[in-house]
Amino acid sequence: MSVQVSFTQKHKRQKKRFENFKTVVVTIAAIIFAAIFLLPTILTFTNSFMSAAEISANYGSVFATTEKGGKVFISKTVNLKFIPDMVTFNQYFTVLFKSPEYLFKFWNSVIYVGPIVVIQLLIATLASYGFARYSGKLKNAIFFAYIIMMLMPYQVTLVPNFLVSRAIGIYGTRWAIWLPGMFSPFAVYLLTKFMKRIPTEVMEAASIDGANEWYIFSRVCMPLCKGGIASIAILVFFDYWNMVEQPLILLPDADMHPLSVFLSKINAGEISLAFAVAVIYLVPPLLIFLYGEDYLVEGISYQGGIKG
Amino acid sequence: MLSRIPIKNGVKKVKLNSLQKRKLISWLFLLPSFLGVMLFFVAPFGVVIYYSLINNPIQKEFVGFANYVNVWKNAAFQQASHNTLVFSFLAVPLAVVLSLFLAAVMESRIPFKSYFRTFFLSPLMVPTASVVLIWQVMFHYNGIVNNFMMFFGKDKIDWLKSDKAAVVIIALFLWKNLGYNMILFMAALASVPKDLLEVAALESANKWQVFWIVKVRYLSSTILFVAIMSLISSFKVFREVYLMSGDYPYSTLYILQHFMNNTFASLDYQKLSSAAIIMFIVVTILVYAMYAVENFFGKDVEG
Repeated sequence: MSVQVSFTQKHKRQKKRFENFKTVVVTIAAIIFAAIFLLPTILTFTNSFMSAAEISANYGSVFATTEKGGKVFISKTVNLKFIPDMVTFNQYFTVLFKSPEYLFKFWNSVIYVGPIVVIQLLIATLASYGFARYSGKLKNAIFFAYIIMMLMPYQVTLVPNFLVSRAIGIYGTRWAIWLPGMFSPFAVYLLTKFMKRIPTEVMEAASIDGANEWYIFSRVCMPLCKGGIASIAILVFFDYWNMVEQPLILLPDADMHPLSVFLSKINAGEISLAFAVAVIYLVPPLLIFLYGEDYLVEGISYQGGIKG
Repeated sequence: MLSRIPIKNGVKKVKLNSLQKRKLISWLFLLPSFLGVMLFFVAPFGVVIYYSLINNPIQKEFVGFANYVNVWKNAAFQQASHNTLVFSFLAVPLAVVLSLFLAAVMESRIPFKSYFRTFFLSPLMVPTASVVLIWQVMFHYNGIVNNFMMFFGKDKIDWLKSDKAAVVIIALFLWKNLGYNMILFMAALASVPKDLLEVAALESANKWQVFWIVKVRYLSSTILFVAIMSLISSFKVFREVYLMSGDYPYSTLYILQHFMNNTFASLDYQKLSSAAIIMFIVVTILVYAMYAVENFFGKDVEG
């Protein structure tokens, strides 16, 4: 009997040691993954504080090969550095005060993305309430069409967008970016899923008390969906802040392009500015991410299960 | 506000009327979105189908499937769809498996969990344009990835100008999308019913069995969702490709969006429309197939 007890104790101790060992291995794996995930962003930050000469010396050969005609000092090797030799804010100073074109393109991005996020969410909240409140055969069929449209890649949906914007004469104007973005079915789909999780009894109770539909929508449904709306707004913002396909096709005038497209066309002579511009472009989503991460995680968590 | 209806008229009738009214009002909520989606997405699709069946917008002669055959035989289209499909078929399963792995890591006992979650999720917010410079520096012929390879005695590869270019793009895709998928899996893992796990423990299932047989099967609908979302984002990888290598990349990086951009530029409505319809059909079939597979395997675990 006593032998058996000591055996189980030994076994337990071994098991515990194994568990500890496993924790260490998993933690190291997690650290390596985290390093890979963070590296590009951190490098962009640190490199933005380098002087123009240092950047040309380090990366001149990369960008000299992609751009023709730019005269930059070319070194044979590429020297990726974490920490600048000398920290300088010169690049930021140049971008912010001497090169208005970058700020102009940044402002373009704001002009496109702001209204799209606000109005897409507004339209989508209304529509999701319409879908979630009562369902019927016709509504299900329409919702199915929304799902199909949401699943389609830009390569497909840009064709109808393009035809419509030419037909109604908004091709090449800001409206060609705004309108399809505002009516995108993406937010409707996710918000409907979110709202369908609210028990029907909650809204029925309000309607039996004599509340009208607008009241139920704005005072009962909206407060329950705040988290979902916030998280979807964040996702929509990230997606449009990163837009590339739409401006390339719907805006022939490069002056109207957002910074997301313009940044890749930066001149070889100005690559020293590119990192500073990249960081400036990164700041709005970064702040939103840090501020709204919990909303975002909660909202994404709710999405799982396509049948839900 | 609802007008007050005297009870005398009979409760049933009143209820029905107000219900009908409410249903009608729920359509009003739907209306703005419905009109917009109709105008910008659904109705022009009819025009797209029409354009794909005529010879040109001026003569408007019906030519059957001739446009489809032309696009199908077009070398650029073949190259582009081949590259896109290869990319999606490699990237989507990898995204599912790796993000499930990350979620499992996050479920185990590790310190600073919430920080790791933040780190893994962070690429989601980074605009492609902001990090594209770093990617270019990393994957340049003389860049650090090659230096790393040389350290292990491998040959240098000109990543973006060789057949290995797909590897780079898959890496960038995974970098951006794993965190989002991980959150989906974490939520699903947390919702596996406790009693199911207790039963498994009672039947002395080991951890691997619990993970593969109980949890993964329970996760099947989440796996489907992650796979579909990954498929959608795999078509967005054009952003990375375009920002890194412009309008005319190395041939293995020439994907469908490049083909479409060039066709937009030449205003070839027939080619554009038939290509869009072909893609529409292929995406629908892919999604339907994934859905059918999930239905087949996950039927018995659905609550």
